[in-house]
Amino acid sequence: MSELRLPSYLDQSPAVRERFEALKRRETVLEVKGLSKVFQSNGKTVAALKDIDFKVHRREFVTVIGPSGCGKSTLIRILAGLESASDGQVLLDGQPVHGPGPDRGMVFQSYTLFPWLTVKKNVMFGLLAQGQSGFTAEREARQWIELVGLDKFIDAYPNQLSGGMKQRVAIARALANKPRILLMDEPFGALDAQTRCKMQSYLLEIWRNIDITALFITHDLDEAVLLADRILVLKAHPGEVQELIEVPVPRPRHANQLMTPEFLATRQRLDDLIHPPDAEGEEDTNLKMVRLTRVGDDVEVQA
Amino acid sequence: MRASAPWFAPRVAVPRNRARWLTLASFLLPLLVWSAVSYLPFVWHPVIDIDEPGDVSYFRAGMLVERDQFLIESDKVAAAGGALPTGTRANPVYLPAPHQVATAFYTSFTEAPTRSSELWLHQSLWNSIQVIFWGFTLSSLIGVPLGILCGTFGTFSRLQEPFVEFFRYLPAPAFGALAVAILGIHDAPKIAIIFIGTFFQQVLVIANTTRKLDVPLLEAAMTLGARRLHLLFKVVVPGILPDLYRDQRILLGWAWTYLIVAELIGTSSGITWFITQQARYRNFDNVFAAIMMIGIIGLITDMALARLGKRLFPWDSSKDREYA
Repeated sequence: MSELRLPSYLDQSPAVRERFEALKRRETVLEVKGLSKVFQSNGKTVAALKDIDFKVHRREFVTVIGPSGCGKSTLIRILAGLESASDGQVLLDGQPVHGPGPDRGMVFQSYTLFPWLTVKKNVMFGLLAQGQSGFTAEREARQWIELVGLDKFIDAYPNQLSGGMKQRVAIARALANKPRILLMDEPFGALDAQTRCKMQSYLLEIWRNIDITALFITHDLDEAVLLADRILVLKAHPGEVQELIEVPVPRPRHANQLMTPEFLATRQRLDDLIHPPDAEGEEDTNLKMVRLTRVGDDVEVQA
Repeated sequence: MRASAPWFAPRVAVPRNRARWLTLASFLLPLLVWSAVSYLPFVWHPVIDIDEPGDVSYFRAGMLVERDQFLIESDKVAAAGGALPTGTRANPVYLPAPHQVATAFYTSFTEAPTRSSELWLHQSLWNSIQVIFWGFTLSSLIGVPLGILCGTFGTFSRLQEPFVEFFRYLPAPAFGALAVAILGIHDAPKIAIIFIGTFFQQVLVIANTTRKLDVPLLEAAMTLGARRLHLLFKVVVPGILPDLYRDQRILLGWAWTYLIVAELIGTSSGITWFITQQARYRNFDNVFAAIMMIGIIGLITDMALARLGKRLFPWDSSKDREYA
């Protein structure tokens, strides 16, 4: 490890501190109170989530990160109403939620565009499901498709689109319903690094221009820091809130902030929380290697 | 020179031109075997077609005699110093040569049947097609919706499928006598047999196809605000449609296999009546022509349906059989 001196991730510049003060004064869109989830498997009770509490303010961008098995997907599925909580409450604008609904848009990791519908019809789906006329639905769908920059593909079927394009349509489709909050479950997880990077800036751009609150699940540390106002860090077995980090990186965000001291400090903190040294259950990576090369044929040290 | 595509690469598409030749060959090869057996005397030809009976008392010109029999009789006549019988090697009467079947095929459409009570081949076929059509349509009208419901809702699945599973093991022809007792002797019991043979498989096959629909698609629809009926008609049904269509094509083939049994019950009718009748008169060339006709109709229907499927479901990317 190089001896790089990083500031503390808790140090916030005055501008950033002011921004967080303003954010906290905004109304709460999503409130999670004492949320728990236990699964029954083979007669054993497994606690997936335990006493989760947090609030998301209007137009805030919260990312959720944690080691695998921390129940972050379960959390977002409960928020979306696709699974029920064992205990606790989810409040949207102060009202408890039951079951899935168009007020919480969701973008999944797997591609969930309807393959039998064109891009336009996919985006119209939610609008029509809520009883809008075909005419208004189509007009609105066009606007959202333009917003994600896919007007040229408006009549294409999903199987003609790349992975990144599919997820852009999925975002447009969720946003078309004008949800109170946009839930995203590792939406860029299946994309290659380059596309993922582009999608992140797309998403920030959309978020900046639209009155939308976002909750985003990821396992990518850089992604978590780059997108978030606050990062909800979960720990595994059971899934509990470990820390709620206020990201000290100023907005507007850009990929060239990835090397700034605040960014690296936050990232380092995440790394420490998620991959503690000698963590239990971590895979043993100290392989017992047998040397199979000629003696002296060393690629790391020049003789 | 361009390297030619490999012949035995696993799961690699055959080049278009070669595919066409192979398709042709798949029909030519059996035809070649049949021709060899029919026209090359040394391949099989186990009987002798008598030309001159000679002094064998019971031989007649045109009679087919086993080769051993012919040799024994010839020896006997030779020992007695009589006239030797002559004949040529031939195949048994139940294996007509390709050209005989081709002629029968042609004349069945051009020449009136020899007996006034008989139907033309195409009339018999038309009758069979109608029986299939009604049996399959009635089965689909109930079986497809029921299958979709079973595949979508656990309640329907539990309520229906165990019984259907039990019933599908009961052989459809076993209900022949019952069907006749209830529905009379004409087409109704035949349609019922085709229905019984198709319906129970249909419910299970389509329920399984429905269950293969990606759950995340349903979940996505729910987060977009879709509720029960909307979910069923706007997600489940269109989501499984290409597979459902493929299932129906396979099930239609299934319905044809029940045809022969179905047509034997009550008053026998349709293509089966034609086949049994012609077999009784030992017109095996006509029998073969009729059997081939069924195959041709089946193949053409399936190819047409496959083409239509490509038109209907442009988004469907799953591989179809290659000749389609």
